[in-house]
Amino acid sequence: MLSLKGVQQRYGPNLVLALERFEAAAGEHWLVLGASGSGKTTLLNLIAGLLRPSEGEIIIGGQILGQSAGAALDRWRGRNVGIVPQKLHLVQSLSVLQNLLLAPYLAGLSANKVRAESLLGQLSINEHSKSRPNQLSHGQAQRVAIARAVMNRPTLLLADEPTANLDDANCMQALDLLQNQARECGATLIVATHDQRAKARFEKRLELPA
Amino acid sequence: MNLAGISLAYLRARPLAAALNVLLLALGVATVVVLLLASRQIESRMLRDAQGIDLVVGAKGSPMQLVLSAVFHIDVPAGNIPLDEANKLSGHRAVKKAIPMALGDSYKSYRIVGTNHDYPAHYGARIAAGGLWETPMQAVLGAETARATGLGVGAKFAGAHGMGGEGEAHEDAPYEVVGVLAPTGTVIDRLVLTDMKSVWAVHGTENEKDADQEITALLIRYATPLAAAMLPRQINANSFLQAASPAYESARLFRMIGVGIEVLRAFGVVLMLAAGLSVFIALTNALEERRYDLAVMRMLGAGRGKLFGLLVLEGLLLSVLGAALGVALGHTATSLIGSLLAAQNQAPLTGFLWLSEELWIVGGALAVGLIAALLPGLRASRKDVAGVLAEG
Repeated sequence: MLSLKGVQQRYGPNLVLALERFEAAAGEHWLVLGASGSGKTTLLNLIAGLLRPSEGEIIIGGQILGQSAGAALDRWRGRNVGIVPQKLHLVQSLSVLQNLLLAPYLAGLSANKVRAESLLGQLSINEHSKSRPNQLSHGQAQRVAIARAVMNRPTLLLADEPTANLDDANCMQALDLLQNQARECGATLIVATHDQRAKARFEKRLELPA
Repeated sequence: MNLAGISLAYLRARPLAAALNVLLLALGVATVVVLLLASRQIESRMLRDAQGIDLVVGAKGSPMQLVLSAVFHIDVPAGNIPLDEANKLSGHRAVKKAIPMALGDSYKSYRIVGTNHDYPAHYGARIAAGGLWETPMQAVLGAETARATGLGVGAKFAGAHGMGGEGEAHEDAPYEVVGVLAPTGTVIDRLVLTDMKSVWAVHGTENEKDADQEITALLIRYATPLAAAMLPRQINANSFLQAASPAYESARLFRMIGVGIEVLRAFGVVLMLAAGLSVFIALTNALEERRYDLAVMRMLGAGRGKLFGLLVLEGLLLSVLGAALGVALGHTATSLIGSLLAAQNQAPLTGFLWLSEELWIVGGALAVGLIAALLPGLRASRKDVAGVLAEG
């Protein structure tokens, strides 16, 4: 499903990520562990097609990523990759429900209000569907971000530091949500974190050297 | 959910800034619309009032004053001319028709014009009630005069000396209203018409010999186009008379007030450009405020074109609202100015007039919004997504 070969990423002269080989099968749940600055976010951005590798190739679903470019790549990402960024980045000018509907609209899919509402129900934030994101608690906002990421039933679900600033109970709950939603969509889940508490939840782990 | 909906949500999130931009643009559009409506209406009104009058002959003085007083009835006459001179001129072979006119009095600031039946006929005035005057001291009211003074057929009134309505009243010589004209959309709507002999009677000169009688002006229609070349020169050589062309004098008047109109129009355009600059600044600030939103939209699958479209649409939405409000404001303001002018017995202006040139103004306003949004739109489409998402 996902395969990285000889991928290197540089910012100027600095090598921020070097990964000889990484493969994930469809539906697998992976934990990418590493200290701050080890290139976890860079790896997720590469897989999402938001960055182009300086060297090497990334193959997703049999396609070499980066062969298509521009709007086609954006569209592919919108339909196939769900991303929960570390700083959730919900759109403050839109309501919670509109934030979810943004995902199918921007990916060029038809609006699926039923799916949006059922997701809000599953994540028990349906009573906030008309609220602005800044009226939510951090936990609620994170659930909205997860719902937004799985709106289009992606084949790849990427989460960047989803447990940062969460206590133990909430940490486990966030990981539960991600894993449940990934299972529901049959998506390959990749969670990048430096949080050792997450280790026990994932059999498949990739450790990035600092 | 669509681009317009998202743009609108962003505008609603900053209602004051959006309202300011809309208002600025609306004021510019309104200024240009008011000038367009007013100058067009005044121009066509003057054209209609002067239609078919090739030359005005009156006392020596300012030719523009002569035209303003005898054709448009918005200035006092400079003086009178002897009747026999006027009669001589009326019989000239280059003159097809000459309408005599004796001015001097008014009723409630509506002018009393002593003339003959050719004058209402010239403007194609139809009788709405009663009939035309047959003997001196009978008066026929223009439609607007009748409406404003409330006089009808059978009513009596006394004229006052002068044109402003403050002069001494001629109480001993009352007029009787015998007819009311239907509206014509010309100057005649705001006049009181009577026989020339009435004016002489009121001023106690009716018993003088014809040779000593005076009139104020003569409205002349040429018999041949050739007359234009010779008649004015011939008349102006006469020591008592002066000839003035309504077409030439009104064109001169428009050239003079044209400068003022141009300055105001430039002011309106400057307002519109300032609105464009304000939209540009607002959208450029929005780029900074929404850097995460824009990056997230790319993350969610929006291509660069969509982000460009989002910003441009926002500029266009502002300018559409500004243009619509501006056109509405412009028409309302013209109506208001019109009702103020109507209270002063001036030619009426209406806001219920739609000119095709307004489409150009609206188009200009939309172009301003579009151009103001182009650069921010382009910058939005070029944001580095991964970098923005990673920071914070």
